[in-house]
Amino acid sequence: MSTENTGQSLKEYVTAMIGGQLFGLPILRVQDVFIPERLTQVPLAPPEIAGVLNLRGRIVTLIDMGGRLGLGSRDGAAPLMAIGVESRGESYGLLVDSVGEVLKLDDNAREPNPINLDPRLARVSTGIYRLEGQLLMGVDVDRILDIGVKAIAA
Amino acid sequence: MDDLLREFVTETNESLDVVDVELVRFEQDPNNAKILDNIFRLVHTIKGTCGFLSLPRLEALAHAAETLMGKFRDGWPATHDAVTLVLATIDRIKEILESLERGEGEPEGADNDLIAQLERMVESSGPQHAIGTLTPQVLERPLRPGENSLDELERAFRETPVDPPTPKPAKPAPADSPTKDDDSGKGAGQSIRVAVDTLEHLMTMVSELVLTRNQLLEIVRCHDDSEFKTPLQRLSNVTAELQEGVMKTRMQPIGNAWQKFPRIVRDLSNELGKQIDLEMQGAETELDRQVLDLIKDPLTHMVRNSADHGLETPQERAAAGKPSHGSIRLSAYHEGGYVIIQIADDGRGLDTARIKAKAVSQGLVSDAEIEKLSEAQIHKFIFAPGFSTAAKITSVSGRGVGMDVVRNNIDQIGGTIDVKSIAGVGLSFTIKIPLTLAIIAALIVEAGGNRYAIPQLSVVELVRARSGSEHRIERIKDTTVLRLRDKLLPLARLSDLLGGQSTGDVESGFIVVTQVGSQTFGIVVDAVFHTEEIVVKPMSSKLRHIAMFSGNTILGDGSVIMIIDPNGASQALGSTITSQMAAAETVHPAATTEQSTSLLVFRAGSSQLKAVPLSLITRLEEIDVRKIELSNDRHMLQYRGQLMPLISMDKAVIVKGEGAQPLLVFSDGSRSMALVVDEIVDIVEDRLDIQVASENAGVLGSAIIKGQATEIIDVGHFLPLAFEDWFRSKEQPAQRRTRSVLLIDDSPFFRNMLTPVLQAAGYEVTVTGSAQEALAILNDGRAFDVAITDIEMPDMDGFEFAEAVRADGRIAELPIIALSSLVSAEAVERGRRVGFHDYVAKFDRQGLIAALKEQTDVGRAA
Repeated sequence: MSTENTGQSLKEYVTAMIGGQLFGLPILRVQDVFIPERLTQVPLAPPEIAGVLNLRGRIVTLIDMGGRLGLGSRDGAAPLMAIGVESRGESYGLLVDSVGEVLKLDDNAREPNPINLDPRLARVSTGIYRLEGQLLMGVDVDRILDIGVKAIAA
Repeated sequence: MDDLLREFVTETNESLDVVDVELVRFEQDPNNAKILDNIFRLVHTIKGTCGFLSLPRLEALAHAAETLMGKFRDGWPATHDAVTLVLATIDRIKEILESLERGEGEPEGADNDLIAQLERMVESSGPQHAIGTLTPQVLERPLRPGENSLDELERAFRETPVDPPTPKPAKPAPADSPTKDDDSGKGAGQSIRVAVDTLEHLMTMVSELVLTRNQLLEIVRCHDDSEFKTPLQRLSNVTAELQEGVMKTRMQPIGNAWQKFPRIVRDLSNELGKQIDLEMQGAETELDRQVLDLIKDPLTHMVRNSADHGLETPQERAAAGKPSHGSIRLSAYHEGGYVIIQIADDGRGLDTARIKAKAVSQGLVSDAEIEKLSEAQIHKFIFAPGFSTAAKITSVSGRGVGMDVVRNNIDQIGGTIDVKSIAGVGLSFTIKIPLTLAIIAALIVEAGGNRYAIPQLSVVELVRARSGSEHRIERIKDTTVLRLRDKLLPLARLSDLLGGQSTGDVESGFIVVTQVGSQTFGIVVDAVFHTEEIVVKPMSSKLRHIAMFSGNTILGDGSVIMIIDPNGASQALGSTITSQMAAAETVHPAATTEQSTSLLVFRAGSSQLKAVPLSLITRLEEIDVRKIELSNDRHMLQYRGQLMPLISMDKAVIVKGEGAQPLLVFSDGSRSMALVVDEIVDIVEDRLDIQVASENAGVLGSAIIKGQATEIIDVGHFLPLAFEDWFRSKEQPAQRRTRSVLLIDDSPFFRNMLTPVLQAAGYEVTVTGSAQEALAILNDGRAFDVAITDIEMPDMDGFEFAEAVRADGRIAELPIIALSSLVSAEAVERGRRVGFHDYVAKFDRQGLIAALKEQTDVGRAA
């Protein structure tokens, strides 16, 4: 669920840049941040899957966030950082351009998605925060990982 | 569910499994007090714990069962009924446990029925005991003063009021092994219970350790005089031992999967009225927990099958001169990285004739082809989907989900299954499965710049094909095949199968000859590295849909590679190559959407290729020309005790002067004739599409078969040449009223082929080429006894035709037989819905005649 700590108004987010846009992932879902190395590409996989790699003995599936969110696929450019998350006992790495600081944000300051938001973004967004100088989009990890069926059907 | 309860459920389930087995043993060996003590103690423990955890239903049941067993201990005979009742109670307890396990608590309901039966049994078995076990005891000397006779002692002992069972102080389930008092049991305190997750985690960590060690070794190898060398060597050894140790923790004796069998067999022998001995050897053979889980159900299924179908009733056995007890023997042993499991019975064996009939009627193989198969090949049909040899469906087995499911399960774990059957002597299955799924030997290859692992089990050999070498790569249009010794193997580049661009030349690569089931094909890769024992890790759920991969693994150098699934590769290959090879494959149901037909291609009289549907031919023969005799100006051959006329295609075909003469033999009922040909060229599978009809008698027309113009022979023309009355004699009684048949088929070939067949069978045939035409004829008011229609037709197909007929009040009762090369379960089901009375595979002449007879007879009866 995206709303851990519903009792508190302050929520902590790990921030990340993807295609020039700042995103925030709920810190409780983030396992670690790592530099992806020795990425193995998987033929026939959905396009959002960048590949798999070995992270301390676990096989991690990497999601190309740029492609997933419609912000431009990296297309072979060297991945910079990956945010490790877990879902249903499986490990995933979300490929991002860079990882920033951890921000504590007031849940009350969260604003709903603008109605003209790109549907690919709107699907994963939990709301927009106005920071100084830029906007941060909170994202729901489970919805990001909800690829598979649709991608396979395509 | 709290921990205590979970512990209780696990513990009790295990205890009950032991009780199951022990009770069956006890029934056979009622004097073994040790077994009884063991059972008694286990049930007692369950009862005590239930009271502690406040589970009243369980407690009441356990108590009632214990009371009855207490009587056994007092010396009452363990009658068959009593044991059955106790077993039933145990089943009830298990049901309740299942519900507890799901976290639902003790389900509502009462067990008064069972408890009452148990109590009645306790009361009723009273008198038996006095007769049954109390033998007067004679002391062989006079009593000394102060001594009492044994009988008196016994009486005093029995008359002393027994204390009601004191409520046992409730205690948590004991941690020691429940079988500790059993003869074969392992010592107490030798084992502890560990959560599976803990072991899995250990395994993961060890894999990680192995990888790290490999990396270190790699680094040290570059520095000759490193001081790390010795300690690293030590680390390496310890790691290897640790890995082995952890692997061992995953191993379990196969006996765990067999535990339930004595009970199952006992229940079955009751139900079926057979006497069955179950023998188990090698129960201590260990294999991976995961593998064990996967073969449990298949094994159970096969044991049930053996008991139900395999073994005969005692009367049948006696008649066959066999001992009245049938036996089922299970054995297991290790053989080089594999576990071999055998299930054998001494029953009647497989019914080859019935399997044959079934295989043909299900369209798995044609009449003609099955004649060429060996008995062992025929037996393999029992593994085909939906195949059940049981003539009658019993409650035990024979529901149509049978050996195909077993084979699937075994395939899944990379194992193989084989069947051997000797009629009247018995049946045995041999299953070969890898010791563990976690670690397999794999060939590491490279394709398109990535490395992949191919499981060694399915790799037959590696071939390097060069233009000059004996293994040549040849092309049939865009399809590449490998000429390997006397076989042609389809080839595909691995990178193509993986959806990549075709890079480079096939001839520059290595060919991994791979076998999946009966199919052999070559996978072309760019490079082959080495074989490696790899730890198989499951694929991410986002990638699991890719049929080409069965998993992934981490190599020694720390990189992740995908493991190729040979099954997936074979499927992918099937969709990329043409069916050139499919014809060579012996028995595959024609799954293609286009109707393809097996054709025998031959030459006779000229260099022009000729073809005839393979299914019309009974046998291919090559005989010594010296055996051909001339009689009444006709060539004859003594063939299987009869004179068989030889017919030449035309005058240009001459019976050879010497050597062997190839013949196509056609049989119908007891008669045979042979067509003399010059040379049998090939058997091909292709669409039969006659493009140019022929004026010549004996030739239906020309079609393109495998790219070559080929004459299609009209067999119907030649048969009467051999016997003038071929189509007339038959068993048709003259007085029988001629029945009329409306035949609808868009293919002139089938119309031509079927018309004489139907006429020969005594039907008056009206032929039309389309469903619309047929409807028009029917609307004209002409009456038919039955209609036979093709399914796949342009404009209006057979289904639509049937619907139209059913919708028309005047002709709605007309029986319709569907004729199709497309015999799938769905098609049959759809056919049933639209109102086909029967569904017959094309070319199944006997089937068609039988169906016709049935339908017209039904019509007459109605």
